[in-house]
Amino acid sequence: MKLELGKIYIRDVQFAEKTYVENGTLYVCKEEIEKLVLEDERLTGARVELARPGESVRISPVKDVIEPRVKVEGNGAVFPGVIGKVGQVGEGRTHALVGATVITCGKIVGFQEGVIDMSGPTAKYTPFSQTNNVCVVIEPADGLETHDYEAAGRMAGLKTAVYVAEAARNLTPDEIVTYETKPLLQQIAQYPDLPKIGYIHMLQSQGLLHDTYYYGVDAKKFIPTVMYPTEIMDGAIVSGNCVAPCDKVTTYHHLNNPVIEDLYRHHGKDLNFVGVILTNENVFLADKERHSDMVAKLAEYMGLDGLLITEEGYGNPDTDLMMNCKKVTQAGVKVVIITDEFPGRDGKSYSLADAVPEADTMVSCGQGNLIVHFPPMDRLIGTMDYVESQIGGYAGCMNEDGSFDAELQIIIASTIANGFNKLAARTY
Amino acid sequence: MKNIMVTNNVRCLEKWEGKLKVDYKEEWSYLDVLLAARDYIHRGYFLLTHPLAGSVKPNQTPFRSIVLSEESLEGAEDFRDLRLIEESIEAYRKFTSAGHAAVQVPAEQADCARQGVKNRSLPRWPEKTEEDFRTIDLSLMEGAMSNPIMNRR
Repeated sequence: MKLELGKIYIRDVQFAEKTYVENGTLYVCKEEIEKLVLEDERLTGARVELARPGESVRISPVKDVIEPRVKVEGNGAVFPGVIGKVGQVGEGRTHALVGATVITCGKIVGFQEGVIDMSGPTAKYTPFSQTNNVCVVIEPADGLETHDYEAAGRMAGLKTAVYVAEAARNLTPDEIVTYETKPLLQQIAQYPDLPKIGYIHMLQSQGLLHDTYYYGVDAKKFIPTVMYPTEIMDGAIVSGNCVAPCDKVTTYHHLNNPVIEDLYRHHGKDLNFVGVILTNENVFLADKERHSDMVAKLAEYMGLDGLLITEEGYGNPDTDLMMNCKKVTQAGVKVVIITDEFPGRDGKSYSLADAVPEADTMVSCGQGNLIVHFPPMDRLIGTMDYVESQIGGYAGCMNEDGSFDAELQIIIASTIANGFNKLAARTY
Repeated sequence: MKNIMVTNNVRCLEKWEGKLKVDYKEEWSYLDVLLAARDYIHRGYFLLTHPLAGSVKPNQTPFRSIVLSEESLEGAEDFRDLRLIEESIEAYRKFTSAGHAAVQVPAEQADCARQGVKNRSLPRWPEKTEEDFRTIDLSLMEGAMSNPIMNRR
């Protein structure tokens, strides 16, 4: 499967009468987006605001972040089974507005929605302080049930992203990157002397605020499967969850999975990237045992020499991570796990909620318990009403001038457990 | 197969009372639910659901529900459940302990941070917030209880 990703670099975002791109500036029509979002009767309010790098702007509580992408050649449509019709994606050409995002925010769904600061000392912890963001502030209908609100918010973001991405359809990309993974036997034959490497991508799947979708299928209802890495770049995986903000894998992060990007960078040079194994993180221990068995079986079946594993979330998923690590190791595959850490504020407690002796090689994405100071900002997109109860906040953390203190885990993607961040821990 | 749900979430009691044994006590804390589940494990029960279901950390949500059974559903290694419950209790204590010093906080923020550390044990949430946490816990359990495994006899 071969995908050309046409990157159109966006350096500014502005309002206009219609939505289009010119000279690296994305112009968006606010009214059309608001109308589109309000087609869903579950939402009674939609307000579009823009946030650019360096501005004194705080966005909170953030639900999802999405990079606008449109399929211009090849089968299927972006976000298959969710927005696009069900159909195989991952082949042909896709255009992306790189440097632009759609962010959904507004009244809280649960407590696991985070903060993005566009400038100041906390901006460096989130990648979205560097992007030009089209923020959709949503307002749920009175008495809307929590599951429905989550679903409405998720769809509002995806619909807006698909709408904005249409502006990229007929543009000439600034850069085209080609990714290719062949069918297994051909792929192995292409680089017979290089180690065969795979990636186990664990999807959050525990229930409300903890769900992820693959071609529209609720990930807690599937069994482990094999995916061509390019499928994810067309939106085969959509986030429907707000784990802790710091390690939430937003839809943007699925589209731009850094492990897949890096494995492709090494593909054909010092390794042979043969594919992705998708699995889930369920509540039932029997599911965990069965699915980690299947992950190990698939790894063995694919003849892998080595694997990288990423997880999403803390606690329950740590057990899946460890079961996967252990069983895959026992199947004869070398493993490196990638995760963030919650070792308490002094950094001295166990980092994860589970451990096995096989998990002896790990890449750390930093620890989320550090307290940082958030200075006041000139403009707020969303609301600060919930900061004290958002993950990382605490009673009394908010000051009258709009500043507050909170743990790093309140910042979107600050310690994201796939390495799309700048934090790490070192062992000396 | 005799299943039991240990919970301090009244919404779970309302939903499943009569359908399976529900060991519910309103006054139980999150930790009390973990300890009650541990007692069941010592009496020979097996964990069906992970004690830290959901990635809501123990110092955020006051509610916890755990399903156990007299029979094991999978060929898990010995003492797996005891290890999981003890690790969960340890994780709870880590997140709620007042002893951890804040790190790398500039002096002018130290007071606020210290206060934060002291307040790290579970805050007293307003009723609306508590109800939202009950809903999340209920949803996690609904996902688990709809699993075909629960219909095995």
